Amino acid sequence: MAKAKTRVKVPKSVKKGEVFEAKALIKHKMETGQRKDRKTGEKVPRFIINKFTAEYNGKQVFASDWHPAIAANPFISFHAKASESGTMVFKWTDDKGKTVEASAKVNVA
Amino acid sequence: MQRFATKLTASFAAAAIVTIAMGADADVGDKYGAYKVEDRRSGFTYATKETQRIQVDDFENPAMIWVDDGEALWNKAEGEASKSCASCHNDAAESMKGVATVFPKYDPKLGRMKNVEKQINICRTERMKAKPWKLESNEMLAMTVYVRHQSRGMPMNVKVDGEVAPFFEAGKKFYYQRRGQLDLACGHCHVDNPGGQMRANILSQGQSNGFPTYRLKWQRVGSIHRRFRGCNKQVRAIPYKAGSEEYTNLELYVAWRGRGLPVETPAVRN
Repeated sequence: MAKAKTRVKVPKSVKKGEVFEAKALIKHKMETGQRKDRKTGEKVPRFIINKFTAEYNGKQVFASDWHPAIAANPFISFHAKASESGTMVFKWTDDKGKTVEASAKVNVA
Repeated sequence: MQRFATKLTASFAAAAIVTIAMGADADVGDKYGAYKVEDRRSGFTYATKETQRIQVDDFENPAMIWVDDGEALWNKAEGEASKSCASCHNDAAESMKGVATVFPKYDPKLGRMKNVEKQINICRTERMKAKPWKLESNEMLAMTVYVRHQSRGMPMNVKVDGEVAPFFEAGKKFYYQRRGQLDLACGHCHVDNPGGQMRANILSQGQSNGFPTYRLKWQRVGSIHRRFRGCNKQVRAIPYKAGSEEYTNLELYVAWRGRGLPVETPAVRN
């Protein structure tokens, strides 16, 4: 999980108070726990990302709980407003409790 | 007189229908833009707007992860010769440009056709002295996507004459041969009924210009041979192996069917 690939995108610079879109994507197979191993017939244990949050300058601005119906390699986008320059930190937490982070800088002009 | 009037109305109605139909046709031509060449339509034009949007946005397109992975592998030295792809081919953006449009190609040494996957493994075993990648492995898909991606937007243009002709004929024969318990040939769906429905799915012309493609059903990238296997299973036939000569010939024929269509790798389909 530590090596999970992520891609995040925010505009390089925005005007103060302007609403902008933040986009985030992670490579993850999002194993639902419903599938059976074709050879052994045993259930493949659930392994998904169950929490996604975003922090701006240390303050949480977006949070969501994820469930098994979410597709593999999940993409999410949300809107935010910034009054000062800072760093948006995206965090994905999986079923094993591991967290992956990615960050992007926003420049408020 | 009354009879005449009825007739007149009927012919007006008929004229109106023709006009509407023609109007719709004219729309269709413009709407598909580069995704349509003569009567050949990319699978893109059969996809829903939502799916199209995922493909067109390079950030949202999940297959771009494989492109990134492929780029990393391109520069990674491996094998006894400790060479990478870049050691011989330098910048993929230049050296691999147009490659996707001309593969599968004839290989005189093998005496048969080779596709991009095969070429990658030939390079790995002969030049890099490294282990070949398994077909459909993450590495193989990433490299194939990366190589084909360099030709994005260029028209498909495989060679089908000369020494290639017998393989092209074999591919064509495969395409029109009935198989499986359902007794269906590729052409029954993709030549006779594109635009029609197979249960909830809309049949496309079965063009290969977007492969390897990210299928939402697969939740990952897959090769054209995987798609062939899926099609063959659906008509209740025993599929050939990925990388087999049968499928490589078929890949050639399908690539020719889509001649002129832009390479879309990595495409997104349902």
